[in-house]
Amino acid sequence: MFKSPKRALVIALVCALGANAADKFPGIGRTATPAELKAWDIDVRPDFKGLPKGRGTVAQGETLWEAKCAGCHGSFGESNEVFSPLVGGTTQDDIKTGHVARLLDPSFPGRTTLMKVSHISTLWDYINRAMPWTAPKSLKPDEVYAVTAYLLSLADVLPADGELSDENIADVQKRLPNRNGKTWAHSMWPGTEFKGTVKPDVQGSNCMKDCGASPRVASLLPDYARDASGNLAQQQRLIGPQRGLDTVPKNKPAVATAPATKPVAELLQQNACYACHQIDTKLVGPAFKDVAVKYAGQADYLAGKIRKGGNGVWGSIPMPEQPALPDAELKAIAAWLAAGAKP
Amino acid sequence: MNDRTSAPGRLLHAPEHLLTREQLAAAPDARRGFLRRAFATASAAMLAGAAKAESAVGDPNILELPQHSLALGQPVALEGYGKPSRFEANLQRRQSPGLTQTRQASVSFAPLQGLFGIVTPSGLHFERHHQGWWDIDPSKHRLMINGSDEQMLKRPMVFTMDELMRLPSVSRFHFIECGANTGMEWGNVAVPTVQYTHGMLSCSEFTGVRLIDVLEMCGMDAKRARFVLAEGADGSSMTRTIPIKLVKSGDVLLAYGQNGEMLRPENGYPLRLVVPGVQGVSWVKYLRRIEVGDEPYATKDEDVHYVDLMPDGQHRQYSSVQEVKSVVTTPSGGQVLLDKGFYAISGLAWSGRGRIRRVDVSVDGGRNWQPAQLQSPVMDRCLTRFTLPWTWDGKPALVMSRATDETGQIQPTNAQLRTVRGKRSIYHNNSIQTWLVQESGEVKNVQVA
Repeated sequence: MFKSPKRALVIALVCALGANAADKFPGIGRTATPAELKAWDIDVRPDFKGLPKGRGTVAQGETLWEAKCAGCHGSFGESNEVFSPLVGGTTQDDIKTGHVARLLDPSFPGRTTLMKVSHISTLWDYINRAMPWTAPKSLKPDEVYAVTAYLLSLADVLPADGELSDENIADVQKRLPNRNGKTWAHSMWPGTEFKGTVKPDVQGSNCMKDCGASPRVASLLPDYARDASGNLAQQQRLIGPQRGLDTVPKNKPAVATAPATKPVAELLQQNACYACHQIDTKLVGPAFKDVAVKYAGQADYLAGKIRKGGNGVWGSIPMPEQPALPDAELKAIAAWLAAGAKP
Repeated sequence: MNDRTSAPGRLLHAPEHLLTREQLAAAPDARRGFLRRAFATASAAMLAGAAKAESAVGDPNILELPQHSLALGQPVALEGYGKPSRFEANLQRRQSPGLTQTRQASVSFAPLQGLFGIVTPSGLHFERHHQGWWDIDPSKHRLMINGSDEQMLKRPMVFTMDELMRLPSVSRFHFIECGANTGMEWGNVAVPTVQYTHGMLSCSEFTGVRLIDVLEMCGMDAKRARFVLAEGADGSSMTRTIPIKLVKSGDVLLAYGQNGEMLRPENGYPLRLVVPGVQGVSWVKYLRRIEVGDEPYATKDEDVHYVDLMPDGQHRQYSSVQEVKSVVTTPSGGQVLLDKGFYAISGLAWSGRGRIRRVDVSVDGGRNWQPAQLQSPVMDRCLTRFTLPWTWDGKPALVMSRATDETGQIQPTNAQLRTVRGKRSIYHNNSIQTWLVQESGEVKNVQVA
């Protein structure tokens, strides 16, 4: 709500504007007060318009840095733990030329903030509006000068005993390593203000038939990279023309289960022993119980008979040989028979 | 399970998601092994209806009436705000693992592989936050308009949301794409699916007030004004420079509406800037201030980030337009095609310079192209859906799309783009995407030469 004098001022101003756009929408909006403008109009331009007066030394900045910035950025702005490194990759020669030479080196890993930034105003403005990370806009202007000074000292833009202020900032700007590193000569600005190029710099081909040489797969996403974004089967719709690929690492094949621990009943089932034998009743072959009684305690003998098969002992129908039966399972079944064939 | 090949007609062509893992493992080899791999992890919900015995009589899904045909369903208003089906839970916006170390300065990608048409459901709209997101009380939100000097406006003004929403509004469909979309693929293939290669892309109907109307209320000096600065109210207080030419055209909106409702908090509730055709970073969220100025601002996201490194070591600054681009979403990376036979190749095309004029599709790696059908509507600086009938013969296929916009700009190949801009730009990769459909049915992200 507005006190009446302010409201009166608004009305007076609106009237003063006369018959223009302001009259088109009566009752909408009001004049911003000077205090409101001061509270929110915080931007600082490359020509330093908007920069508050103040100063801070590298030494003051170092203390602040250690307390408020080093946690994310490292003591020397070098850390990549949370964000890209701020410092590194610039030289004394870059300070002279205003071009960071390492930007020409494709093998140089990464690009630090000080390799890219062309305006001290950019650093000042951003630190002022958005830093520290968890308490943005909490630094006073002198503190922003100090932190900016420390950051610049790490790239030798300022000496260790240096200071940054509204008075010297334009001179310090002249030492920024990549101050000449930007170009507006392109067609990707949707206005005419920068006098860039009109024609796009890259144009595709409209060829429709027999275009170029036969295509060759130059690079293919390796499986480890394919599988690094979670299980793709769970990132695709479950219905429709396709499914997602199951990219969960498959369990290694289970280590062969020790047959002794596997119930013999299961071994008998899976090896089709029950096709001819039952526990208590003669079927095609003798009951397991009868075998157990006759050969009690003779596990090795039984193992040999199962493996090789034979006929004549229990009748004329032969027991087939069992060459595929794993040794461990053979022994387990023989031992079970020799011990009484208990279900 | 019966032998499928001995059954009459197609009655045994049961959806694999109704089979258990064991049944799949035991299935006769009438099916390709890759299907087993693809379907083995079908959701538990789908498995619940499994194990219906197939028979020559007919499909049990027809013969045995399901519960929903035999009992009373749910009442109205069970959910005051409806949710997608429980079977759609796989379609989520997702982070790309390892891309960022903090989730407050990060991005989530929209699941383009599962979207139809051109509109992105608001809950699946990609996110990009620079210092975390907020759900701001709209009754306390203000928009301030000021000048870079006292002569730039007749008067600086403040607006409440109530006031902005009383003004005449427009509703327009536009795409929004992050300037770094497809950035991971500049040098080489890096990520498996279209969600991660192209998912920093969404499209909505935005509703709001034309910025120029509000600037005229403030009595802008139209001769001196060359730029506006847009500034957010969140911790990062994001700032970007916008050309006055675009503002004067009436294209730039102070938007509060998205797809018929208010903006989602993750997308800037209650107010964001809409800058059609321009990269997403300029669509400032939680918009609190517009400054009309005579000089550009070189903000952090114009001088340190969102600058394109060229082979000569110079960075392009204020490169903002998202140039003509397209991608096939069906089929796309990480998918497994069901079988040989008919598919409708489908994808999205867009350009920050205007309407899409045509899209061509190749299934042989770019040697031969066929014009795709553009589905209506085809709108200015908006996603356009294209489609092309395709019968897959089961042989390897290299599927690509190539868009042309109404200015005549044609989407380039990787090679054409890199010849001019090198491999280290990060931003504004609008090159042609290639998907390799392998004989196994698996679709892979590849680059061709």
